[in-house]
Amino acid sequence: MQLTVNGLAFGGLVFLLAAGLSIIFGLMDVLNLAHGSFYMVGAYIAYTVVTITGSFWLALVVAPLALAGIGIVMELVFFRRLYRRGHLMQVLLTFGFTLVFVDLIRARYGPTTRSIPIPPGLGGAVHVLGATFATYSLFLLGVAILVGCALIAVSRLTRIGAVLRAGVADKEMVGLLGINLPLVFTLTFGFGAGLAGLAGVVAAPELAIFPGMDGSVLILALVVVVLGGLGSIEGALIGAALIGLTNSFGVSLFPQFAIAVVFAVMALVLIVRPSGLFGRRT
Amino acid sequence: MVQRLGGLLPAAARPYARPILLLGLVGILASLPTWAPRFWIYVGTQALIFAIFAMSLDLLLGYAGMASFGHAAFYGIGAYACAELTLHHQVDLFALLIGGAVAAGLVAVPIGALALRSTGIYFLMLTLAFAQLLWGLAVNWISLTRGTDGLIGIPRPDLPGLDHLNFTFFERGPFYILVLVVTAVCFLLLEALVRSPFGRTLEGIRENEPRMRALGYPTFRYRLGAFVAAAAVAGIAGSLAAMNNGYATPDLLYWTVSGLVLVAVIIGGARSLIGPALGAFFVLIVQLIISSYTERWELILGAVFIAFVLFIPGGLAGLVRRSS
Repeated sequence: MQLTVNGLAFGGLVFLLAAGLSIIFGLMDVLNLAHGSFYMVGAYIAYTVVTITGSFWLALVVAPLALAGIGIVMELVFFRRLYRRGHLMQVLLTFGFTLVFVDLIRARYGPTTRSIPIPPGLGGAVHVLGATFATYSLFLLGVAILVGCALIAVSRLTRIGAVLRAGVADKEMVGLLGINLPLVFTLTFGFGAGLAGLAGVVAAPELAIFPGMDGSVLILALVVVVLGGLGSIEGALIGAALIGLTNSFGVSLFPQFAIAVVFAVMALVLIVRPSGLFGRRT
Repeated sequence: MVQRLGGLLPAAARPYARPILLLGLVGILASLPTWAPRFWIYVGTQALIFAIFAMSLDLLLGYAGMASFGHAAFYGIGAYACAELTLHHQVDLFALLIGGAVAAGLVAVPIGALALRSTGIYFLMLTLAFAQLLWGLAVNWISLTRGTDGLIGIPRPDLPGLDHLNFTFFERGPFYILVLVVTAVCFLLLEALVRSPFGRTLEGIRENEPRMRALGYPTFRYRLGAFVAAAAVAGIAGSLAAMNNGYATPDLLYWTVSGLVLVAVIIGGARSLIGPALGAFFVLIVQLIISSYTERWELILGAVFIAFVLFIPGGLAGLVRRSS
């Protein structure tokens, strides 16, 4: 039980990243390697805000907004010029950004590992049905479920969601219908970056904050996106739960090879469904 | 790139432009131990190794049209294979290089079989994921790899013959020459491969896979063959890297290494073998120069990549093309 909840909580964290990655990819066709950097920057903003003001909740508001801002600026200044130039150039651009971000963080904060305390009120443990859960794990899980439900609701029920889904299906047609697609791209990129920042903040009290924390999480988020099917929020949700559980049980059963178990699951899914659980066949 | 430079020459000289330029390049590189300071011989060795690595990726990216973001995995496996062989068995140099190639090639078979079910950006993501899996194993499988400490104490091999030549008063000279020879051999092998019917078929698959399949080519097997061959050559590079540095650590497999080599191929200009080799020189030398002035080399290197993508989309090869 405990393993399940911890696994799902970790999966929830990865979902916050994977959702942004997946939306950005689905709509804009950009594989954003700097997504992990957004997450890292989010965690460092949380660290800074918490050390100065002592308020985790303030960080929870500030960091996503700051990263949305960074994302919007990056889209306007850099990505906008590259949409017609193919995936590889964009991947290189975002790779360049990962190097820049990690070094900026290292320059400002040094190479040492930082941490922030678990926010007051979320530190204890909860007893449910004879099992004990860390409150913070439940909080993480709650945030992820909330965000997941909100995303699915927005995408299914609102006009914005309709525009996004139409954009994934056929960009030119959407543009012809008089929708300002460049604006939609900019805002989507900003929103995805903001989600990554949120993931960074909620990860900060639980995981170590260090330059390079972006790498492993980015890869897991990519695995989740591949598993779930690119561009599918539902897929990302299920994929993240699967990866979180596999990781959690893998760590307790085969401590040395947890990561191998995670990838074995990915390989299995891809053998059965090459385009992911919710992916469209291409 | 070299062909374009050839455009500046009189027509009769054109067919010879490329071989002459290459021979000149090899000549200059071969003379390095006689005049360059010791640090530059180390840089040159490392740059040549990186050039082999970049050329192997060019086989995949330029000729077969498959962008792998996990090529460092095979580089790292070559290094670890070399380390295991030298530390636990007495084997000669040739066996070490072959060992690195075989180990990397063998691991590439299952990874390729899975990753090649997809194409384009999906393939890129899958190769990245599998490479990180191997990196995770290198970090965690302590009994085999000693974790983040890595395997250390790999000797540079004895080189019968070369040790007695008169430039050997530079300690690193003979090994540098060995790496230069291996680089030339790898270049010739890859060149022969891309000009062979196998290479031409790969280019056909890159341009139009359904048509090649309709013509009766088992395209999956061709792509897998290219993937394994590229991995094997990367394994040779990794094996040399282990000998040059004296260690094999998980860092060699990290995804940023895959990124660097991909950047080298694209900066140099894919589908020319020699372009990626020059790109590798550029990336490595820029990196070593910047890092000798400032700790913030990653920042500057990242900014250089961003500038390249934005302002010089065709890479170095494209620059030459435009000016001629």
